[in-house]
Amino acid sequence: MLSWPRALSRKGRRDTGGGSSPEESAAREAGADPELGRASQWRLVWRKFRKHKLAVGGAVVVLAVYLVVVFAEFLAPASASATDERLTYAPPQTIQVDFSFSDGLDFYVYGYETRRDPETFEQKHTVDTSQKIPLRLLPRGESYEMWGLIPMDRHLFGPVDADQRAYFLGADRSGRDLLSRIIHGARVSLSIGLIGVVVSFALGLFFGGISGYFGGAPDTAIQRLIEFLMAIPTLPLWLALSAAVPPDWGPLMRYFAITTILSVIGWTGLARVVRGRFLSLREDDFVIAARLDGCGRRRIIFRHMVPSMSSHVIASLSMAVPAMILGETAMSFLGLGLQSPAVSWGVLLQEAQNVRTIETAPWLMLPGLAVFVTVLAMNFVGDGLRDSADPYK
Amino acid sequence: MNPPPGKDGPVTSTTAAPREDVALLETRGLTKHFPLRRGLLGRVAGQVRAVDGVDLRVPARRTVALVGESGCGKSTLGRCLLRVYEPTAGQILFRDPADGGTVDLAALDEAALKPYRSQIRMVFQDPFASLNPRMTLLQIVGEPLRVNRGLGREELEEQVAELLRRVGLRPEHMRRYPNAFSGGQRQRVGIARALALSPRLVVADEAVSALDVSVRAQILNLLKDLQDEEDLTYLFISHDLGVVEYMADEVVVMYVGRIVETGATDELYGRPLHPYTEALLSAVPDPDPTARRQERIVLRGEVADPSRVPAGCPFHPRCFHARDRCATEVPALREIRPGRKAACHFAEELELRGVRS
Ligand SMILES: Nc1ncnc2c1ncn2[C@@H]1O[C@H](COP(=O)(O)OP(=O)(O)O)[C@@H](O)[C@H]1O
Ligand code: SF4
Ligand SMILES: [Mg+2]
Repeated sequence: MLSWPRALSRKGRRDTGGGSSPEESAAREAGADPELGRASQWRLVWRKFRKHKLAVGGAVVVLAVYLVVVFAEFLAPASASATDERLTYAPPQTIQVDFSFSDGLDFYVYGYETRRDPETFEQKHTVDTSQKIPLRLLPRGESYEMWGLIPMDRHLFGPVDADQRAYFLGADRSGRDLLSRIIHGARVSLSIGLIGVVVSFALGLFFGGISGYFGGAPDTAIQRLIEFLMAIPTLPLWLALSAAVPPDWGPLMRYFAITTILSVIGWTGLARVVRGRFLSLREDDFVIAARLDGCGRRRIIFRHMVPSMSSHVIASLSMAVPAMILGETAMSFLGLGLQSPAVSWGVLLQEAQNVRTIETAPWLMLPGLAVFVTVLAMNFVGDGLRDSADPYK
Repeated sequence: MNPPPGKDGPVTSTTAAPREDVALLETRGLTKHFPLRRGLLGRVAGQVRAVDGVDLRVPARRTVALVGESGCGKSTLGRCLLRVYEPTAGQILFRDPADGGTVDLAALDEAALKPYRSQIRMVFQDPFASLNPRMTLLQIVGEPLRVNRGLGREELEEQVAELLRRVGLRPEHMRRYPNAFSGGQRQRVGIARALALSPRLVVADEAVSALDVSVRAQILNLLKDLQDEEDLTYLFISHDLGVVEYMADEVVVMYVGRIVETGATDELYGRPLHPYTEALLSAVPDPDPTARRQERIVLRGEVADPSRVPAGCPFHPRCFHARDRCATEVPALREIRPGRKAACHFAEELELRGVRS
């Protein structure tokens, strides 16, 4: 008779009942981490995300950019439409600091001396150091309504005299302040596509979830629908929609309508991801265990399956937002998206389209830098989220 | 033939011979075929006969081991009993403890099955995959109680604490997540979850195979203690015949979805009646290093593909005792002597070697 080694025989072993000995000895086994055991999923995700330096830096930038979006009117020295015909293509002014400490630090910019080229009639602006435009924090400037609600006329920083102008990043063809236009453009570029992204995600989760959880006929139907939608070419559809949207809607409204309509066909990618996750989760031991525990369908889906993929969904969401920004920029640049008088990063770049302009006023390319920095920061965040989304790997 | 379950005798003491025990669970011709899909369109190109007409008998308060190489259909059989997989055909007869009558679990719909879900429970192989990492021990072990009994917070905590204590874990750790625990400890959590509803039958599918050898014995002993304390019946699925000998009262050997031999553990290990069993036993390491090692029977090839089961005896391409008849005629599982069944044409005449010290 083959015998179990003596140490393992039932009589020879220690009692498993009250004492902690079996547990203590088991705790010496590899794989246990008592520190981790007290933290919930989101704390683990955060802990892992924090170690990703680029992602944290990106998150700070993204946060800052969205603060700009929220407080655009206040942060911008001027409105996006304030023109000054005398100062077309005025170059950026450098902020000067007066260290004389007469009463605290004084900031100012030098004024411009404008001459007209006698042959081309082009305006030429040179710095006129004899002319100082004093600046201050919280000056009274152009009046505006904060979030369209609260009437205000204070700006964060600008000329003391509301009738004077300062161009920290230069001026455009109509003498509009580029910095103010980038700030106002951020609001449009970073928000107008969000509804579309949200709609896409809601649809993707819904159809992907149904497809993956129920399988069978609903799955087949949804898969065919996805294949059909994926075969629709987006650009021609975009053109058709631009023609179809009533022209008396403002440019913002038109763009919003088009992105929202397109989001209705843009959910297919996420739906496929979600379906795949559901299909594999359905076979996972802990989901089968929940079924055997007597959990109903709702509880299995929302208590067990959805939390297991929520982090993945957030990660892909964080990739969809920069894509949306690039989409706006590209469409507007091509003249298919937003158009003046709307202000967005794409519209601003469209104005920097021709080589002559860039030669005269290279600062007009700065909105491109804004797009670049924002999208890069968002991609870093997305990368970090993707790496830390599943802390149990 | 098994006696009709309704006419079983009175419950005998656990020391009685297994033959006279009341069957808690019996299957009749239990079959599970998975469709084999091929090509882009996923056409059904055949059937994977993972379980093929199994008559299994699990007596109350005993441990029946299901053994066989990987891919023999052990897990599929276990999962069919729990209706994780829908059986293709056959009956799963379960003695209803309430009235002593018998129900066919395979014929019930999900709603009617619900009361039996607390009677038959499962312990999973992988202690890492079977616990939701996003839930605390309290939530994991408490889930069946919450869902089935609708317990309030306090009562739930009390019962979970008691369950954790019973499996050798500290109740004060109930608010921790599974990643705080080692494999062995997690397996204890899985066992506590299985016991939460006071089941009668526990299907343990390779419950210790994923654990370190040092922890294995602890979990096996825990299972044995719990069996005594709670009058449990185990279907113990394992490919490890050393562990099976330690745990099981009876052994059922499976090959390509079918039972090829059954018998009480001692008898079957002492004198196997099927060449497949003999080969499995020859691979069991002898714990006594001074004993002369028996020669190991190395089987030719792999377990037969269950989607292309060989004609005749499914084992014949690998069997050292095969003769002409084996390639054409399917051997039925038949009683060779009292308490011993085997599916081999030559079970009576073959002199097969078991393990005895
Ligand atoms: N869900 C499934 N779909 C298709 N085939 C399966 C599925 N589960 C198991 N099988 C097949 O059934 C056979 C038996 O598998 P399994 O029951 O897991 O064996 P064991 O537990 O004895 O290792 C294998 O050939 C396996 O490939
Ligand atoms: S029936 Fe023939 S092939 Fe099958 S096990 Fe017996 S001897 Fe081997
Ligand atoms: Mg298995």
